[in-house]
Amino acid sequence: MISRRGGRDQRKCVRRVVVKRSLIWGNIAAYVVLTGGGATMLVPLAWMVATSLKDPSAATSFPPEFLPRIQESWRDPATGQTRPLYWCEIEGRRAKVAKLRIVKGAAVVRVLEPPEMAGRELTVPLVRNTLKGHVETLRPAKRLYLRWANYSEAWHAIQLERPWMAFRIGPIECPGIRIRDGFLAFYLNSLIVTITVTLGQLLTSSLAAYAFARLRFPGRDGLFLGYLATIMVPHVVTMIPVFILLRWLRMIDTYWAMILPLMFSAYGTFLLRQFFLSVPQDLEDAARLDGCGAWGVYRQVILPLSRPALAALGTFVFLGTWNQFMWPLIVMNSTEKMPLMLGLYSFMGQYSAEWHYLMAASVMVMGPVVLVFLIGQRYFVQGVVLSGMKG
Amino acid sequence: MATKHRNPSQEQRQAAVSECRSRCAGRGSTFVRQFLGACGFLLPNLLGFLVFTLVPVVAAMLLSFVRWDAISPWQEARWVGIHNYVDILGFHRDPATGALTPNDDRFWYYLYNTVFLMLGVPVGMALSLVTALLLNRPLRGVVIFRTIFFIPTVCSAVAVAVLWRWIYQPDYGLLNELLRLAGIENPPNWLGDPAWAKPALILMGLWVGVGGYNCVLYLAGLQNIPEELYEAARLDGASWWARLTRITWPLLAPTTFFILITSIISGFQGFFVGVHIMTAGGPAGSTTTLLYHIYQTAFVYHEMGRASALAMILFAIVLVLTLINWRYGREAAQIIY
Repeated sequence: MISRRGGRDQRKCVRRVVVKRSLIWGNIAAYVVLTGGGATMLVPLAWMVATSLKDPSAATSFPPEFLPRIQESWRDPATGQTRPLYWCEIEGRRAKVAKLRIVKGAAVVRVLEPPEMAGRELTVPLVRNTLKGHVETLRPAKRLYLRWANYSEAWHAIQLERPWMAFRIGPIECPGIRIRDGFLAFYLNSLIVTITVTLGQLLTSSLAAYAFARLRFPGRDGLFLGYLATIMVPHVVTMIPVFILLRWLRMIDTYWAMILPLMFSAYGTFLLRQFFLSVPQDLEDAARLDGCGAWGVYRQVILPLSRPALAALGTFVFLGTWNQFMWPLIVMNSTEKMPLMLGLYSFMGQYSAEWHYLMAASVMVMGPVVLVFLIGQRYFVQGVVLSGMKG
Repeated sequence: MATKHRNPSQEQRQAAVSECRSRCAGRGSTFVRQFLGACGFLLPNLLGFLVFTLVPVVAAMLLSFVRWDAISPWQEARWVGIHNYVDILGFHRDPATGALTPNDDRFWYYLYNTVFLMLGVPVGMALSLVTALLLNRPLRGVVIFRTIFFIPTVCSAVAVAVLWRWIYQPDYGLLNELLRLAGIENPPNWLGDPAWAKPALILMGLWVGVGGYNCVLYLAGLQNIPEELYEAARLDGASWWARLTRITWPLLAPTTFFILITSIISGFQGFFVGVHIMTAGGPAGSTTTLLYHIYQTAFVYHEMGRASALAMILFAIVLVLTLINWRYGREAAQIIY
């Protein structure tokens, strides 16, 4: 009996060990692939930050280097001039030399390191013949150099001529604020437009969603079907007539042109209606018995219970409006009213080959959103799942 | 009252509610009050919906039958009937060779560009699924990986386009440097070569989208699959491939169906930022999608009628694709259950 029990236990142990081993290998493989994928995601961003700190000479260097470096230089005490430094092989040792002048295919250099040879002046041919062909004898000596000034220069690059937020409504005239730096105005414009659109969408969509979910009126279902049908219509279809309408109303190149068309969304109504339908009817009936009208039920019962759905929709609308590019491109002309995305595009148009500035501006544009995401990512992912499952 | 409160039935509840309503109603019928209440709730959204969505859709349909540049007064708009559509979609006989030639061969080329760029959709979905499967394992630090994979989606599309414009730089960009390190002598001039511009855009789209929304939705779908199914399959001796194809894939069918629909719809209407910033329509129009063509026709060349007709054609394509997907995808998703 003992031996039989031992045999069965041994077999159980073997199976458990076998399962664990394949799981371990699977996990190792998963780690490898995930690390590779993660590197693919992060390496371009790391290069973006690194390029944003590079000196202009290093930003377009060929072959490209990751670290921001510039060539070292040395001030000649005799003449007071600065000379570039190079690495060179002298008598078999690696020496750091300053190139003083060039004479007929050779360079007159002054050795700075190693200290035993320091102070000597030599003539070194510029090119050496080796088995691999012609090789340059002088290699630039570089040191790490983070050019933080790229950021401030990019920030000040676009200067506004007209005051920000100057407008006239009838007799009331607001002279606006003199903002010099374009990027500050771009940030403020984006904030204003995005916050207004988000609040507006949340308000109008939740009101309409409550009407579709809980109130009864003739034509309710047909109207909602109409809402649903327009969700599938591509945005381009409505963009052209809306542009013509805004031009007729003389609202082109105003903040309203960016805010109004985005403030009313059938998708938000659809999403919130789905959510409101899942609120139990008992709560609403209890509120009604307490004497609440439709508005009371909406405010006291539905809204507090819908915080996750409202937060999810708000996050989506905020991100979507913040990243809007095509519509502001169509309707906005004035630089001082441009949102951030359009501002970055116009910056790119002006400084199209100066990659250090472009990368610095991109980091300034991307940075806040990525930071906010990293801080609040749990809620963000929850919102995606919520809208995906309900939608 | 001494009556015991039991859970009231539906009819009792409704009777109580309507009795309360009529007590509070006062003058005027409840129907009118309800109607006015509903109006108050609905009006802001309905007004915006009418002005900015419904009427423009109808207006776009009308505009597609007109030739107008929206700069001259509207009285100068010319009604041309379906001539715009014929111009875009039609064919005619070439008088010289007698062969059937399209009226607007650029349109068919741009349509080809759009469909080509959509090739990234199934690839992206497969990669998202693989990523979700890997992230679903009980590994230490999985949350860090999930965050890292999601970061490109959060980055603003304009900044991403500027970044990738630098990456694709033929002389000192990152990608060609990596290719040269790997031994490839003459890496292509990505954004300047008509043959490589579209794959370049697809690659950028994959970088942004793989760990993004699709991956999160797949993760949520995977976590809804009960663990017992996998255990039972393992006990029956099923390999990982069998588990993947027999359990995971069928149970993910609703998620796949949803992701496919949204990816197709957004794929046909997307890529504007990438195209406009990186190639502005591409070398020799090789990255001009239908959407970008509509933008150029309307807002650069000011041909509103023709642009509206193109937009209607795009709408029709998206509609047909969605209906096909709806009909067959729904069936596939429901058969599993």
